[in-house]
Amino acid sequence: MSDKNDKKINGATSLVRSLEHAGVDVMFGIPGGAILPAYDPLFDSSIRHILVRHEQGAGHAATGYAQATGRVGVCIATSGPGATNLVTPIADAQMDSVPMVAITGQVPSGAIGTDAFQEADIRGISMPITKHNYLVTNPADIPQAIAEAFHIAATGRPGVVLVDIAKDALTSETTFKWPTSISLPGYRDHSQPKQSDVDDAAALIVQSSRPVLYVGGGVIKANANRELLALAEASGIPVVTTLMARGAFPDSHPLHLGMPGMHGTVAAVTALQKSDLLITLGARFDDRVTGKLSTFAPGAKVIHADIDPAEIGKNRKADVAIVGDVRQTISLLLPALKAQYAKAHPDFTAWIKQVNSWRSTFPLGYDIPKDGALSPQYVIERLGKISGPDTIFTAGVGQHQMWASQFISYEKPRTWLNSGGLGTMGYAVPAAMGAKVGAPDTTVWAIDGDGCFQMTNQELVTCALNNIPIKVAVINNESLGMVRQWQTLFYNERYSNTDLHSKRIPDFTKLADAMGCIGLRCERPEDVDKTIEKAMSINDQPVVVDFGVFRDAMVWPMVAAGTSNDEIMVARELAPDWDSQEL
Amino acid sequence: MKLERTSHIISVLVENRSGVLARVSALFSRRGYNIEGLSVGPTQDPEISRITIVVSVEGHALDQVIQQLDKLINVIAIEEMHESSSVQIELLLVRVSVTSANQEKLLALVSEHGAKVAEMGPSSAIISLTDSSAKIESLISALNPFGILELTQSGLVAMRRTI
Repeated sequence: MSDKNDKKINGATSLVRSLEHAGVDVMFGIPGGAILPAYDPLFDSSIRHILVRHEQGAGHAATGYAQATGRVGVCIATSGPGATNLVTPIADAQMDSVPMVAITGQVPSGAIGTDAFQEADIRGISMPITKHNYLVTNPADIPQAIAEAFHIAATGRPGVVLVDIAKDALTSETTFKWPTSISLPGYRDHSQPKQSDVDDAAALIVQSSRPVLYVGGGVIKANANRELLALAEASGIPVVTTLMARGAFPDSHPLHLGMPGMHGTVAAVTALQKSDLLITLGARFDDRVTGKLSTFAPGAKVIHADIDPAEIGKNRKADVAIVGDVRQTISLLLPALKAQYAKAHPDFTAWIKQVNSWRSTFPLGYDIPKDGALSPQYVIERLGKISGPDTIFTAGVGQHQMWASQFISYEKPRTWLNSGGLGTMGYAVPAAMGAKVGAPDTTVWAIDGDGCFQMTNQELVTCALNNIPIKVAVINNESLGMVRQWQTLFYNERYSNTDLHSKRIPDFTKLADAMGCIGLRCERPEDVDKTIEKAMSINDQPVVVDFGVFRDAMVWPMVAAGTSNDEIMVARELAPDWDSQEL
Repeated sequence: MKLERTSHIISVLVENRSGVLARVSALFSRRGYNIEGLSVGPTQDPEISRITIVVSVEGHALDQVIQQLDKLINVIAIEEMHESSSVQIELLLVRVSVTSANQEKLLALVSEHGAKVAEMGPSSAIISLTDSSAKIESLISALNPFGILELTQSGLVAMRRTI
């Protein structure tokens, strides 16, 4: 690969060469008419292309790869339906700030706007769900567009960049020149936090008596977990980790109160509610965390550290705003705080005692079904215990996702991948595929629901054919469980269209077999460990375990949508007894 | 245009590329904010255009939309223009009925408002005026008795004053 070459090549070769220069080692995609020219030079490239079975799978696989490795995930599709099938994973990745580049073919430039065969205005469609996007019609623009796309996707608040390339730009002659610099006059670098803001934050912290470190996914994106651990231990301040931040701080750590939000722990939710200072690191006051916003943490001042200035004050006013990379922010905050502590060491003893009492009084738990049926929480808890802290878990969306966030102990960043913002059912299997490609020596479990699994399981064929031995635990409660739970609680147990009958049809073990995977089934508590161990022993093929579970199990605690976090329920119609707990 | 009391003028410097206007306007439309006035045109730098947006949004929502605009890769700078500290001009073209009986009255009125006659036909005239919103409103009121047949107006453009 030379940086400059006056030799005439076509745009497709320029594209593949650009992707190689951008450091791409793998991409997920499906060819089709408009993108076909690119697939010819790709055939000779060092880039591994994984031929998926649906473009949605390509997008989520790129996301899983990016979340597991921290690198930019890449997916590629043709024009029209190929591109529109990428819309869901693009929106998903953008919502969760995942660095991803999506390459799409477009009809020839002369046909754009004519309703040509397989034409869709994917640049227009993807405008509100990408960080940026390009339509390239001149082959000479390809290297610059690709270089900018990777730069934009990976820097600042990560996100998705789509590059749509007209077919004639791929087939026309050009020369290749990899840009040596990138000039984006409107793209500002916000990574360096201001020392004065950090000092203000440190001053607020020492004045507080009930502080909480409210940690979001940005801490994982910024690889700031070590800095966070040092900050928490040096300051003695308790930590909550949001759904996107599970693994940013060890679950086993005595300062960790668990996950806040709609299905968070009583300790985490209540600590935020009763706090007098939220030290917000790479989190965005999402409605699933705050509950009814006007009643969220009413007595708390807010320090808000985020790399995206538009997040500051978006949902909650910040008393101190620190715009910057959260790793750099914590690195500056730690010495500033130590200097403050040297002058006056704050005493959080009473507060720590209080949060610990919430934690011990209201631990996460579940009821074992009386009829001997398999408890879904038990299955997930055993999966976590048996496969250990190095395992990467992905999840779909719904009850199984919440249980997987609650009952598995995450000790390391990038071991919990899920669709937090968009809430995309069907994320688990293709994301696990991408994670396994990025971390081939790591065990990857997709914890999926029977509803989610039926949306994207076709990628198990891709896994079987490409030596990507993921493991899938289908938590089969034969229903759209979370929707059913809401019907139980809010719709008088009228189960409109949530019964999937998936213990009858399809037979997941036969489906697994048909897709070149090992299919296992487990329906009794006493078989759980040996079934998981069996699955763990198979490393040359994907494994699907159909766990037939108790269908009426519910996710608790719960803050009902639109209500205040103060109204958290630990079980159905059971609010915590606060009488002996008031601070 | 008649500026609402809550109207704000946002002046946005953007890269002169296709699709930029769509990106900018989409940020307003997705939040349900109606753009009251919009003008796009060149600047002294051929690579850069200026979009001037008049929108009726207040406080927190305005801050949010400016922050989101700032995130667009093609947006280089954003400035809110205030009435007291900027020159604000727009353009009016209006066709009014005219007869030989009232033609002289019309010409006097046009001259009084600093407007121009762009076309004088047998039964109608096109009047143009380039001025502030208030002056344009005032001319429209004065022309009303003649019978306004057609009216078109540009979005506002603004430039910060130095004094």
